[in-house]
Amino acid sequence: MSQAVAPRFPPPEFTETSHVLPVPTAPAVQTLWFEYLDVVVLIAALVFVSWLLLRRRSRAGVVATGIFSVLYFGFWKKGCICSIGSIQNIAQALADSSFGVPLAVLFFGFTPLIFALFFGRVFCAAVCPHGALQDLVLLKPVKVPPWLDHSLRMLAWIYLGLAVVFAVTGGGFIICQYDPFVPIFRLSGNLTMILVGVALLGIGVFVGRPYCRFLCPYGVLLGLASSVSKWRVRITPDTCTQCRLCEESCPFGAIEKSTVEAPVRPASADKRRLLLLLVLLPILIAAGAWLGGVAGGTLARKHRVVNLAERLQLENTGVVKDTTDASTAFRDSNKSFESLAAEARGLRGRYTVAARWCGAWVGLVIGLKLLSLAVIRRRPDYEADQSRCLGCARCYRDCPQELQRLGLPVPAPPKPATG
Amino acid sequence: MNRRHFLSGSLRGSLLLALGGLLGAVARRAKARTTVWQIDPWQCTMCGRCATECVLEQSAVKCVHSFDMCGYCQLCTGYFEPDPNRLNTGAENQLCPTGALLRSFIEDPYYEYTINEPLCVGCAKCVKGCTMFGNGSLHLQIRHDRCLHCNECSIARACPADAIHRVPAGKPYQFKSRERKT
Repeated sequence: MSQAVAPRFPPPEFTETSHVLPVPTAPAVQTLWFEYLDVVVLIAALVFVSWLLLRRRSRAGVVATGIFSVLYFGFWKKGCICSIGSIQNIAQALADSSFGVPLAVLFFGFTPLIFALFFGRVFCAAVCPHGALQDLVLLKPVKVPPWLDHSLRMLAWIYLGLAVVFAVTGGGFIICQYDPFVPIFRLSGNLTMILVGVALLGIGVFVGRPYCRFLCPYGVLLGLASSVSKWRVRITPDTCTQCRLCEESCPFGAIEKSTVEAPVRPASADKRRLLLLLVLLPILIAAGAWLGGVAGGTLARKHRVVNLAERLQLENTGVVKDTTDASTAFRDSNKSFESLAAEARGLRGRYTVAARWCGAWVGLVIGLKLLSLAVIRRRPDYEADQSRCLGCARCYRDCPQELQRLGLPVPAPPKPATG
Repeated sequence: MNRRHFLSGSLRGSLLLALGGLLGAVARRAKARTTVWQIDPWQCTMCGRCATECVLEQSAVKCVHSFDMCGYCQLCTGYFEPDPNRLNTGAENQLCPTGALLRSFIEDPYYEYTINEPLCVGCAKCVKGCTMFGNGSLHLQIRHDRCLHCNECSIARACPADAIHRVPAGKPYQFKSRERKT
């Protein structure tokens, strides 16, 4: 339906000149076919890095591809659309069928995961501009103690849960809003996030890839897929001689010690701990769900409609005297407050349900993490944990077998372990 | 094949199936279409946030003019300050802080107002003047030669009137016209 708007002033009637009314210019949307080029570059880069990492075993190649990704996906494409953010588009599309997802976003969301199922986290290795940028600044790696490392990694699971909660309720894309590196790629943007990005890069000089390990919600999914990958990074090209030269080479704490020389622990203590954790698991899930239900109302306030309804309620009851731009705009739009309040109530309900699921999910994840730490796996070789290995290829050159394979001088073996 | 290989193989297979199912569900439920951000000028309240909230240093939002709505007024309330000294192009008489709105004589008593886009910062001062006292032919639009197509638009998040939405990329502008769609 359309209605004519009565103008305050009549249109001009040109009599002396035959002036023709111009029309406003409409610059075309530039990037549509570029999107498909990006998908091609993404897949090509993933194939290339898989080959470099698993076949060629070349750290130099991985670094070079990383620099390319930072320049292309980062500074040239301004970091958007990225696979990390695509989680939210996919989640929102599942919840809201009127929300369109471009084909390119689907490719960005799914291709790295499918690659992770076969080749591990090759996306993190050198294709993701966020990861590649952090890898480039890592100059003086320090070791993060395992307890801290494992605990901080939980943050990423919580972040993923929250991002999905906000996406399915239409409350915005928090991964994009709080992205620390895209403002750096754009060389403009929110000052706070630029400062956070610079600070993360500063920390990243010492702590390997802090965003990837402790915050990245997409890394969580890649880690899951990668834990059952068909092929994986093997530190040694031959057989492991337990020389322990690679033990400290991973700046991301992904290398697990071989259990060949580990002291044998009494089985009874382990069994008791396992049983305790199995009992704890449902308790953690229930506690998480309860906490989520409590937090749901607070999370809902981030939604525009809920925020506006609460503000209007305060103004209507005279608690606050002044008005905001949003409340003024709403009053001028002659929409009814009742329908807005009803919408806000519905949204609060949806947030509570979504947050409860999210809390249960976080509880489950923490429980399973504790269980996985309690289970002792037999590991004959020194190897990188499949889900944590970011495929940077730093450890390759620390293996004397690799040096021998390349015809490089092999350092003297270290003193045997004492104690 | 040992037990561990079998286990990881079957997990991999099921994850692959799950991913395929998810992809199918998204592609079927949501139309795989490309959208771009755009301002609905009829909802815009001219708050001025477009000039400051865009991630670009100079906003992707600029003023556009629907000439068919314009009255070609001699005293344009989008062009002139309230109570201007004189109705001429002197900088002290202009509302636009960057001098991006140009005034040219057509014939008595009509003047045409055009936008010098490189200078426009999307502050909506002229839009406000035109909409409150004139025909409302000046309005803001996201210019797609500048827009970065962020996954989440910063100005859409900051907009107090919820005037910025995704629109189909095939029809990327919502210019004002005399016929208002309701």
